Amino acid sequence: MTMDRSDIEKNTPPRRKRRSRGATIWRRFRRNRLAVVGLVIIASLVLLAVFADVIGDYQTKAIKMNMKERHVHPNLKHLFGTDEFGRDIFVRVVHGTRISLFVGIISVSIALLFGGTLGAIAGYYGGRVDTVIMRILDVLLAIPGILLAITVAAALGASIINLMIAVGVANIPGFARVVRGAVLGVKSNEYIEAARAIGSPNYKIIFNHILPNCFAPIMVFATLKVATAIMATAGLSFIGLGVKPPTPEWGNMLAAGRGFIRDHVHEVLFPGMAIMLSVLSLNMIGDGLRDALDPRLK
Amino acid sequence: MLLPVLLGVTFLVYLIISLTPGDVAAMMLGQGATKESVAALRHEMGLNDPIIIQYGRYLGRLLHGDMGLSYATQKPVVDEILSRFPNTLALAFCSILVSIAISIPVGVISAVKQYSLVDNLGMVLALIGISMPSFWLGLILIIVFALGLGWFPSGGADQLKSIVLPALTLGVASTASIARTTRSSMLEVIRQDYIRTAKAKGLGNVTVILKHALRNALIPTLTVIGLEFGELLGGAILTETVFSWPGIGRLMVESIQRKDTPMVLGCIIVFSVAFSVVNLLIDILYAFVDPRIKTSY
Repeated sequence: MTMDRSDIEKNTPPRRKRRSRGATIWRRFRRNRLAVVGLVIIASLVLLAVFADVIGDYQTKAIKMNMKERHVHPNLKHLFGTDEFGRDIFVRVVHGTRISLFVGIISVSIALLFGGTLGAIAGYYGGRVDTVIMRILDVLLAIPGILLAITVAAALGASIINLMIAVGVANIPGFARVVRGAVLGVKSNEYIEAARAIGSPNYKIIFNHILPNCFAPIMVFATLKVATAIMATAGLSFIGLGVKPPTPEWGNMLAAGRGFIRDHVHEVLFPGMAIMLSVLSLNMIGDGLRDALDPRLK
Repeated sequence: MLLPVLLGVTFLVYLIISLTPGDVAAMMLGQGATKESVAALRHEMGLNDPIIIQYGRYLGRLLHGDMGLSYATQKPVVDEILSRFPNTLALAFCSILVSIAISIPVGVISAVKQYSLVDNLGMVLALIGISMPSFWLGLILIIVFALGLGWFPSGGADQLKSIVLPALTLGVASTASIARTTRSSMLEVIRQDYIRTAKAKGLGNVTVILKHALRNALIPTLTVIGLEFGELLGGAILTETVFSWPGIGRLMVESIQRKDTPMVLGCIIVFSVAFSVVNLLIDILYAFVDPRIKTSY
């Protein structure tokens, strides 16, 4: 059967409106059910964090002790029950969301800022600069991440700021590697050569031309790393090197509830589920983003 | 490459730990110490020297197997670490062996039967596995299998079956991530031409998968196993704390709480050295798996 031109035109769907890159990515992302679920969960957690004070006042509900209602098991008044000091665990978990998301995002930003800069410099300039930077980072990479975070936290002492620094520092080498790899990939493009030919200064080439094109892999890595950072934050607080009680933080709530697991399981159950839910949703988003940004990987 | 890295690691860790605020000499002498005696002890311990000199001295002693005396017990740090290290090593090895035994088959099956029930279920479980904080999983396992069912002890290392729960706890995250890596690298490999060729010449499916595909897919998997072993050593710090497992992870946490700096330093160095050695072994293994990679050590 032969087709003439009009047949072909009839059978081809009318050309759709050109989509922007962002819209294309969003369309692919949306098709991934797990990723959408992750996005919904994390959006709810962010809302909870923002409106934590509406759900339960920080001073009177999350901090103030109420010795008359110790170790109450979950009921309608206390959805997640109460802890050893009679504080509502649901309210504390909700306030903990604030700290975990905040520390996770800030520490990853620290790592991105320092690691990313080092990686971009190493990747862009190459040669001896590259070798020196990467050898130094190899040393940092030779220490398992959580161990490095524990070391820094132990040296600096337990506080929220030090916790963010510790988790951030532990993530620097990872970000440097990812950014360096991405920069190396983009650097060989012709438009970079063109920018160089018209005399753009190096910093402009890096910031205006190279880094925007490295966005995809960095974004994916950062999302996954926020998840790890939340886990590390909880872990450090669990062993007493992070956020100190009475501040409600998931890790230190677990540490406190640990002594009562024989009779009051709810005291470790809910904070742990909060950690898992936030880490899981970020991992689902990260995976979804990776597939959406780079369809070849699917 | 191993030696410079180790040198760097020990220096870095020494530097970070020496940033710890507080005067060690004053702390060791206690509350009632006079300024003069503190100054004398500082001088005696060499704390007034530049950090690089102090590190040099530490390294010199380290090479002779001397990590100093514990501030808490006044016993040699090395002895304590050596007596605990086998426990941590046993825990890590059990975990990684179980992980490998579970994750590689799951990864292979998931890749071969992509989008099947096994694949979907396996990958969702893997995703949950990497998202589960080990210290929480440990507590849950204690609640269910130790306090509830009474099958295993909830802590310590007195019996052989004590290792089951901590090893399981520690192994879950690595099982999940090794399975994911194996799956994705298998997926890539089974679309290669040489796999089609192998099938075309009439080889059975199992032979093709195991001999032609898996062997080539193992390289990324090996990398992840090396990395995961490092994570395991790090994760051991939390898991040992949860299960009161007498390894160096718990020793380290206790020493941090006691501000026992030489002990903390010793633990971190042992961890990092173990991690570096494992990664070196993995690099050497590459050459066995893939003869195209030449060892360069």
